[in-house]
Amino acid sequence: MSSKEQSLFQPALVSEAVKQAFVKLDPRVMFRNPVMFTVEIGTVVMLLVTLGLLVRPDAAQGSFGYNFTVFLVLFLTLLFANFAEAIAEARGKAQAESLRKTREETPARVIDEKGNVSSVSSSQLQKGQVFLVEAGEIIPTDGEIIEGLATIDESAITGESAPVIREAGGDKSSVTGGTKVLSDRIKVVVTTAPGESFLDKMIALVEGASRQKTPNEIALTILLAGFTLVFVIVCVTLQPFAEYSNTPIAISAFIALFVCLIPTTIGGLLSAIGIAGMDRALRANVITKSGKAVETAGDIDVLLLDKTGTITIGNRKATHFWPAPGVDERQFIEFATLSSLTDETPEGKSIVELAREKQVSPEVLQPRLQGAELIKFTAETRSSGVTLTDGVRIRKGASDAIRQLANRANQPFPQETTQRVEAIASNGGTPLVVSENDRVLGVVELQDIIKPGIQERFARLRNMGIKTVMVTGDNPLTARFIAEKAGVDDFIAEAKPEDKMTYIRREQQEGKLVAMMGDGTNDAPALAQADVGVAMNSGTQAAKEAGNMVDLDNDPTKLIEVVEIGKQLLMTRGTLTTFSIANDVAKYFAIVPALFMVAIPSLRALNIMGLHSPQSAILSAVIFNAIIIPALVPLALRGVAYKPIGASALLRRNLLVYGLGGVLVPFIGIKLIDLLVGLFV
Amino acid sequence: MTNELLGIGSMYLLTLVLALPLGAYLARVFRGEKNLLDFMRPVENGIFRVAGIDAQREMSWQQHMLALLTINLVWFLLAMLILCTQGSLPLNPDGNPSMSPDLAFNTAISFLVNCNLQHYSGESGLSYLSQIVVITFLQFVTAATGLAAAVVVFNALQSRTTEKLGNFYNYFVKSLTRLLLPGALLIALVLAFNGTPMTLQGKQQLITLQGDSVAVSRGPVAAMVAIKELGTNGGGFFGANSAHPLENPNYLTNAVENIALCIIPFAMVFALGFYLQRRRLAYMIFGVMTIGFMALLAPTVYYELHGNPAITSLGINQNLGALEGKEIRFGAAASAYWSITNTVISCGSINSMHDSFMPLSGMNQLLGMMTNAFYGGCGVGLLNFFAYLIIAVFIAGLMVGRTPEFLGKKIEAREMKIAVIVTLLHPLLILAGTALAAHTYAGNPTEYAGWLANPGFHGFSEMLYEFTSSSANNGSGFEGLGDNTPFWNISTGVVLLLSRYLPIIGPVAIAGLLARKKYIPESAGTLRADTATFGVMVLTVIIIVAALAFFPALALGPLAEHFGLY
Repeated sequence: MSSKEQSLFQPALVSEAVKQAFVKLDPRVMFRNPVMFTVEIGTVVMLLVTLGLLVRPDAAQGSFGYNFTVFLVLFLTLLFANFAEAIAEARGKAQAESLRKTREETPARVIDEKGNVSSVSSSQLQKGQVFLVEAGEIIPTDGEIIEGLATIDESAITGESAPVIREAGGDKSSVTGGTKVLSDRIKVVVTTAPGESFLDKMIALVEGASRQKTPNEIALTILLAGFTLVFVIVCVTLQPFAEYSNTPIAISAFIALFVCLIPTTIGGLLSAIGIAGMDRALRANVITKSGKAVETAGDIDVLLLDKTGTITIGNRKATHFWPAPGVDERQFIEFATLSSLTDETPEGKSIVELAREKQVSPEVLQPRLQGAELIKFTAETRSSGVTLTDGVRIRKGASDAIRQLANRANQPFPQETTQRVEAIASNGGTPLVVSENDRVLGVVELQDIIKPGIQERFARLRNMGIKTVMVTGDNPLTARFIAEKAGVDDFIAEAKPEDKMTYIRREQQEGKLVAMMGDGTNDAPALAQADVGVAMNSGTQAAKEAGNMVDLDNDPTKLIEVVEIGKQLLMTRGTLTTFSIANDVAKYFAIVPALFMVAIPSLRALNIMGLHSPQSAILSAVIFNAIIIPALVPLALRGVAYKPIGASALLRRNLLVYGLGGVLVPFIGIKLIDLLVGLFV
Repeated sequence: MTNELLGIGSMYLLTLVLALPLGAYLARVFRGEKNLLDFMRPVENGIFRVAGIDAQREMSWQQHMLALLTINLVWFLLAMLILCTQGSLPLNPDGNPSMSPDLAFNTAISFLVNCNLQHYSGESGLSYLSQIVVITFLQFVTAATGLAAAVVVFNALQSRTTEKLGNFYNYFVKSLTRLLLPGALLIALVLAFNGTPMTLQGKQQLITLQGDSVAVSRGPVAAMVAIKELGTNGGGFFGANSAHPLENPNYLTNAVENIALCIIPFAMVFALGFYLQRRRLAYMIFGVMTIGFMALLAPTVYYELHGNPAITSLGINQNLGALEGKEIRFGAAASAYWSITNTVISCGSINSMHDSFMPLSGMNQLLGMMTNAFYGGCGVGLLNFFAYLIIAVFIAGLMVGRTPEFLGKKIEAREMKIAVIVTLLHPLLILAGTALAAHTYAGNPTEYAGWLANPGFHGFSEMLYEFTSSSANNGSGFEGLGDNTPFWNISTGVVLLLSRYLPIIGPVAIAGLLARKKYIPESAGTLRADTATFGVMVLTVIIIVAALAFFPALALGPLAEHFGLY
């Protein structure tokens, strides 16, 4: 999705964010963020002090210019924090809007109960109304096909150019507003009321109107509020201490100390990090229904993956022809091809493909099928084939089905073929036996093709501590073979929808969090039961309602990305909290000596940074405190890179970078700023 | 100097060597497994039968805390009654008077909360009955209370989901019968053989070499001093505590007392490891505590051994170190070691005058009480550490990209709230108390001149120390502070009450809440709490949250004094 990558600070978004930064100064908005709210109070106090100095100069409080500068820097701190949140919102909104724009103001042809067709704007479509779309038209809104079948170009949403087929009934009945019908004509029932589509919900989430703090965010806010309170105590009690020691402290110094010590860095970036997480999910074309879902994804212990499409490429392919003893190979291939030419299944097509590779031309064989009777596969016969006009019956099917035919006709089922069938099955393949007039000709071997690179992805997941489970309709033997080859940890063979549910419940009972992806209506209960349920956009409405995320790309490997986005989100919060708190060490050493060294000269020894003067020290600390917020905005928006190197190694790495870094950076930063400020103060 | 260092080194090592097997033994005792002192079972069963307690009844964390608070209330009333009437009760050979109600209140609270801040002198303030039935009794049961609370946390941290966390009375009684009583008996025997009195007779009259007639106070001292140290209580039989020659006659008794006060806090950390079968976790905790302890100990020993530069400048030989306020029979190093062990561990007994230590040593004593989690008090030290641990787990958990979990249990908003309140309480009580005192004094220095023996920075340290000691439930005094005034009695009394029960209930509540949660098996993505990296994280949290919050206050006290002196 390279087209969707954009620079972090697009001019249009920045100007909107700057505007929002001022709007968000409203105390009613600030109150949601206790850390920054206290900064706002401090800023107001500084403003009053500065104004007071205009009226009545007071040497104890320092010059007007100095106090005004402190006020200005505090004000900037607030704006920076608001800007961080606003830019994250703006980016998320822009992303969502670009998706939404595609579906606005498209005329829809609504059919009422009597069958009358009228034109209605897409934005006025009500839930339950039925509309008609034909080839070449844009689908006006999300819905479910109730009649017909169509090829649809979904590239506007997914970026995937190959058209997809959607049809009434079954699991592929959903259509998305903004996509284009390429062929045929469908009747669609509207499934969402205006303004309530998943995208609308997501935009509301990003905008903050319905954004609720996630449990982790709440716990972190409590911790940050605790830190803030500690420093309220530290700063308030400092006044009587100073009174005792006859060291008058200016109001600006109190407020500077307080603002520097409270965790403003993480406090200012906290909501931006959360929004950026949802935004990153959206960039991966995943719509999340809540911020919590993204976070939970980071905690996932077990991942349920469908075999087809995720672990293997689409469907099974023919890989080998094994003629029975005494049967000419070429003859066998010809019969196998004949039985498959009319077979539209991917397996059938792959047999034709393989035959062509073996120099058996399907085109040459095609005429022999003239007037032939086609036998469709049924669950009862478990075989398919053709009966040619000359009466030759060619059948292709599971080995026991063909064995029955042979037995009934008193034909032998060769020992070699039996062995071959077993060998193929134990290798994870599917054997298809071909017969001519109930005489066994040989076995076609079908194999699953495992996606390249999938083993590495599973190894990566294993390093994250996530157990992968393959869900497949295959028999246990085949399933085990593919599971081992692909490197998944466990599998559910011959899976029925309720098996997924049972598996999820069992894992959850052991305290694990489970994620799964699904599309069908019969997946809906499992999607709802899973801690993270990602529904494919092509899936049924029921599946989409049940899950807590919708993947617009219908890409089954998306789960892995979602997990990493969740982990990144939590890590970004954790590392920036550590950084913010570690900063305090340097700030103490900048401000505490500045507070006392005039009255108590011996405390100059604590001025280990050798800062120019008390006033320059305080200004430098506040300036550093302010500019570190915008400096970290890119990190907050992009997220800290996740590396699956095990929790302890990850902690060591992050502790070194953000903990030790958090101690050292402000020492350097404050000293540098002081060198500059020292020129003026 | 080398001998002195060898002395404190062997004290530490010997404590460690004894604490490991004791930890294993305690884990067996509290898990209810077969152990050495099973012959005490009839005694315990007798106690339960008499008290009508079903020791098998499993309790939730709330029931545990209710039991704890109930028996504490009963002890308080009992103590008040005896202290107020001791003058007319038996076992009062010296004819000491009954306590006034306000002093009785102060004393009862102080011993009830295992703090042992004393606003009286034992020689003249208490009858032997009070010394035995109030003081020594409370010193046993409050230590057992702390141990029982810690065991509730042990129980709650197991890998399972439950509300049932064992029986409080069972843990409490076993702490007494299997640990405190036999341990104190051993120590008391050593003390008695070295000259510590153990008698019910009154003062002894004797004629000194100069021909003066003096009356020397004595009493059932050895028994009381033993539990004073072993139970990390710290309140002395005599006013001078373990600096008094009868409480602490020689270097050997000094070593025994010092080992006694350290051994249970050490052993409880190991007991946690044995109990949960997570020995590495115990070693991580012990490692963090030891690094913190050593960081406070090393500079203290250094500065005490090197003497006071102001005295050196007078041309006085200080080869033996800074000896002002110290006992020559212990020396500078052993006094420094004693002072740091007694402040990191909330024992608070003293064998020298903390007021006379070098400024940075005083700061280290303060920091030991401010962090209050390097080893810490009997059982409660581990509880304090637990609150820091939860905060560290939370931040570290986020840093590895998972909802934070500790030993398979998720840490969420409620646990965070409690941990934050517990860690917040300590700086609040210390700083607010000191601020109140500083403001009062600064408002009228002449009226309150009696408070501070030394005005200026040192005076500030004296006030800061008094509140820190109270809030840490330590009980030692910096001295030099005229603390027997209504202001100090009331303010420290309030601090004492708040700082005992909340820091016990908080961690037990967190553990109880965690125990109820689903147990999540560990995976490669789970943060392990038993690694050195995580240890660094916990230490950092303790330094930044606990220690740095006091930086401005310390700058105005010991730091200003230090930089003025050197």
